[in-house]
Amino acid sequence: MKESAPAIEMRGISKSFGSAYANKDIDLTVLPGEIHALLGENGAGKSTLMNMLSGIYRPDSGSIFVNGEAVRFASPKDSIKRGIGMIHQHFKLVDVMTARDNIILGGNSGFFLNNKALNRRISELSDRYGLDVKPDKKVYEMSVGEKQTLEILKVLYRGANILIMDEPTAVLTPQEIEKLFAIIRNMKAQGCAVVIITHKLGEVMEISDRITVLRRGEAIATVETAQVEIPTLIEMMVGRRVDLSIKRESFHGAGPDALSGEQGLLCVDGVTVYDKDKKAALDGVSFTLRTHEILGVAGVAGSGQKELCETIAGLQAAEKGRIFFEGQNILGKSPRDIIRLGIRMGFIPEDRLGMGLVGSMDIVHNMILKEYQNQRGFVLRRGPSAEKAQQIVDRLDILTPSVHTPVSRLSGGNIQKVLLGREIDSDPKVLITAYPVRGLDIGASFRIYDLLNEQKARGVGVIFIGEDLDVLIELCDRILVLSGGRITGALDAARTTKEEIGFLMTGGAA
Amino acid sequence: MILPVRITKRDDVPRRQAAVILVVSIVLALVFSGVVMLLFGLNPIEVYGTIVQGAFGSAMRLEQTMIKAVPLTIASLGILVAFKMKFWNIGGEGQIMMGALAASWVALNHPGLPQPLLLLWMGAASVVAGGVWALIPAAFKAKMGTNETIFTLMMNYIAIKFVMYLQYGPWKDPESKGFPRIPKFSDAAILPDVGGMHAGWVLMLILVAAVFLFMNYTKKGYEIAVVGESLETARYAGMNIPVIIMIAMFISGGLCGLVGMVQASAIEKTLTWGLSSGYGFTAIITTWLARLNAVTTLFVCLAFAVLLQGADYIQLALHVPSSVAQVVQGIILFFVLGSDFFLRYRVKWIGLARARAEAE
Repeated sequence: MKESAPAIEMRGISKSFGSAYANKDIDLTVLPGEIHALLGENGAGKSTLMNMLSGIYRPDSGSIFVNGEAVRFASPKDSIKRGIGMIHQHFKLVDVMTARDNIILGGNSGFFLNNKALNRRISELSDRYGLDVKPDKKVYEMSVGEKQTLEILKVLYRGANILIMDEPTAVLTPQEIEKLFAIIRNMKAQGCAVVIITHKLGEVMEISDRITVLRRGEAIATVETAQVEIPTLIEMMVGRRVDLSIKRESFHGAGPDALSGEQGLLCVDGVTVYDKDKKAALDGVSFTLRTHEILGVAGVAGSGQKELCETIAGLQAAEKGRIFFEGQNILGKSPRDIIRLGIRMGFIPEDRLGMGLVGSMDIVHNMILKEYQNQRGFVLRRGPSAEKAQQIVDRLDILTPSVHTPVSRLSGGNIQKVLLGREIDSDPKVLITAYPVRGLDIGASFRIYDLLNEQKARGVGVIFIGEDLDVLIELCDRILVLSGGRITGALDAARTTKEEIGFLMTGGAA
Repeated sequence: MILPVRITKRDDVPRRQAAVILVVSIVLALVFSGVVMLLFGLNPIEVYGTIVQGAFGSAMRLEQTMIKAVPLTIASLGILVAFKMKFWNIGGEGQIMMGALAASWVALNHPGLPQPLLLLWMGAASVVAGGVWALIPAAFKAKMGTNETIFTLMMNYIAIKFVMYLQYGPWKDPESKGFPRIPKFSDAAILPDVGGMHAGWVLMLILVAAVFLFMNYTKKGYEIAVVGESLETARYAGMNIPVIIMIAMFISGGLCGLVGMVQASAIEKTLTWGLSSGYGFTAIITTWLARLNAVTTLFVCLAFAVLLQGADYIQLALHVPSSVAQVVQGIILFFVLGSDFFLRYRVKWIGLARARAEAE
């Protein structure tokens, strides 16, 4: 290994799927001891590029050098042999096994296991990089942060000195992110090269040494982090200037208690929901949603957000509690009851194509998904909905060949606009949105925020389940924090901080 | 293994190209079947020619072809309704048998009724019997999430064996001198002829139109399609999923049951345990080849009827086993299903040398 050679050098890499270029003539150089951020919107080609580096795809053309040597990876195994380790967004761990078993799984450790020697090697690696992993702990007992640390340890154990991390902070709390960054800095100090795939700009500025920006499959630029500002990065990512401020117009007096006497639009009162294993997924949740309000819900993934939305929408049975919609208890009513009773409630579920829309059907047929219930008789009337579909396409600038194109062919942002368009069109009083901007690019995200703000201005009460705390703080009026199915805080968004929310997300004061 | 091709995903295939791929795959299937025939010492051109002759060569043969197309098409329509919901109804055979059984019960017990009344009653009984037979696995699936594939398959054997028991036991014609046979229907229970063959073909055309309209233009058809696409979406949209599953399966089984009535009344003129003749199974193939479209189903079933009738004929004319036609059917199915791959991926020839270089 030549000391001066870059850890990774990719030259003129191209890869196409069908007629679309995923990567086009990309150059990327990562030095040893460098933290390199790969920045770009969804579909910019970040994952494709890294999948070629980890041996999952093969480039159509171009060459890859690792530590100065030309390589061709036929499989991920080859890439691991060269010291490249990839940490995927979705952890690849066996839940019922211990940390140690997961580490040696799939490695060439010989027939017999020497637990003592293994433990020694694991603790040696843990000490060197500052990883906190208990070898005998089972994976299902671990927090998300611990699982990620274990993933890192796993690739280090296999001899990786080049780490690729795909959206590593997506599932972490602010505190866990701090820990992760400490680990990454440690690895850098040990001479490892680290590539982070992300679209979160704040983190990029904090952790990286250099940034390569991809846009539509092309490398736009590689810059030193110290010499660049966030607006410039956004311009590189999006290709034009974007106004990144979210406006928040308050229709209520200052503070959450100003209108406490007023009856709420939606009152959730002591709702408890059990999951399949009879554990409480929601535990005595109470809150009130007012008109002219966006109520944010923060929490680590799986803290009860899905259950909260689905219980209000009538999709999930509750054990205890009441939910009042303008004074009428709707708990225990099915979605059909809710539609037929004319309760004006819109719901944008997390899984858009799996729940909110029918992927193989066109926009017209998706428009009638709920309202067909109120049609009389036997025959399905599509005429009015074809007009409505066209109106929504025009009003929300949905990019589609026609209203008769199956929605699964549209891009993520346009799919979300179809769904949101339908729910808004039903003239809701309450709009529940679960991760409405997940997977959308910056431009599309801001369009969604604008639409939600429009609804708020019309008097709608919006529940916004979010993951980006910066967005929650900027967009919402109040923020509820969920932790383990319980509300650990109800905050005035204008007066809270990320740190406070993060503290409550992990249980906090409870 | 190194292949001298590169395979990439492709975007949408234009309709014309898709049609070309389909036609090419059928032609290739016929060529490949020809090769198989050559291996067995048969002359494929002669065999194909004889099949066509056997299907269309005379008015009588044409009628025989249509006689096979009618039950196949109606059964396929039944299977279509279930498949659209991704409910894998493999129980067509059993539903046909139960439909035939119910129609026969009516016919044998009320031989003296006026013909229109008797036929209507037989038809209604067959629809209800086939539908109820299909409702059993549907109810278990809707309430307990059982696997419908195995369930419907097993129900076939129960139905067939039960009819066999009746034929050899309680319903055996006492005047048949020990021959295991159920008495013939009265004339009133036989479907009349319309335009040279039994009236089943009129029923077939009406049902093709009805199923097409039902699936595409009614609320229930829409619900069935949504349930087939995603149960979560159906739940979200407030659909009553168990009820939809059961209604769709009642229709599916009812259509198959009607096939039983047509066959018992017009063809066998009584109930026999072999009456379903595999139509319930062949319908799975034709429905799938027709991509769950009612109108396409009609044409696919007509083509398959040609093969079935031709197969019977080559046995007589060339003393070639009719299984040859089944081989051809199977190969066509494989090729057409395989052609799906070419709709989704583009295969480009790059030569062995380049493929080797890239693999290294």
